[in-house]
Amino acid sequence: MSQQSLAGKVALVTGASRGIGRAVALELGRLGATVIGTATSEAGAASISEGLAAAQVTGQGMVLNVTDAASVTELLKAIAEEYGAPLILVNNAGITKDNLMMRMKDDEWDAVIDTNLKSVYRTSKACLRGMTKARWGRIINISSVVATMGNMGQANYAASKAGVEGFTRSLARELGSRNITVNSVAPGFIATDMTEVLPEAQKELLVNQIPLARLGQPEEIAAAVGFLASEPAAYITGETLHVNGGMNMR
Amino acid sequence: MSTIEERVKKIVAEQLGVKEDEIQNSSSFVEDLGADSLDTVELVMALEEEFETEIPDEEAEKITTVQEAMDYVTANQ
Repeated sequence: MSQQSLAGKVALVTGASRGIGRAVALELGRLGATVIGTATSEAGAASISEGLAAAQVTGQGMVLNVTDAASVTELLKAIAEEYGAPLILVNNAGITKDNLMMRMKDDEWDAVIDTNLKSVYRTSKACLRGMTKARWGRIINISSVVATMGNMGQANYAASKAGVEGFTRSLARELGSRNITVNSVAPGFIATDMTEVLPEAQKELLVNQIPLARLGQPEEIAAAVGFLASEPAAYITGETLHVNGGMNMR
Repeated sequence: MSTIEERVKKIVAEQLGVKEDEIQNSSSFVEDLGADSLDTVELVMALEEEFETEIPDEEAEKITTVQEAMDYVTANQ
């Protein structure tokens, strides 16, 4: 694979201030893309800009609230003016609000579905015009191993991620004729702030179920995303790539 | 400055990958020019851009021929 295979392409990565999103933004930059990473706050956006600059990646951090359609419209307009339409979209922004079903509140359910699933609809839709015009596009949705395995206390999160995978397959069928591929990457347990909050005992239990006997690193997810964005992955669409250390072999 | 007819036909030709001289006013996008459902959506978006207008979905559905596209644009200039 050419080191700069994404040169000249603009990539949009949501939720890029930390964890998997940050690693994905840097990886796409390493592959030559101009990268726009989003965060919910100005401070987060600034930190993305700094990270990209330090890695000598063209692009910047921008503020985006993925649950707000107007915010998405505004962002796409700003990107188009400054850099051109994004042809690579990585839907990474996500949250958890875990609770046992018997205790789950409506707002915990709604927030997770809105941020993790409806957001993917909003951003993908907003990017489609540019991609169909270019007759080239890559949409890569970050799912989770939980979408297929299920996980106690994560009915909302699992539903949102399984929804993302179904969305991925439908959109792949809709857009195939336009040379736009749509795929998901389903990480297992990765060492990020999201898993940092898990109790030690639970982490140990988790690691015992992983054949590779460790949590994954954000860079290991980013490598999979970089591959799907690149030209050699052009014939892969509607697929979910599992990157989980073997914890959910099928 | 091109006429509405010329501009519409140019867009149809570009969007559907057909030659301009193959396009009649009576041509149906789907039946005569081989458009699929996604083509027709893209075509409407291209018309919106060219004529700086917004075509509501219920109106867009009625635009199935070159003549209907020209009529819509003329009526909404």
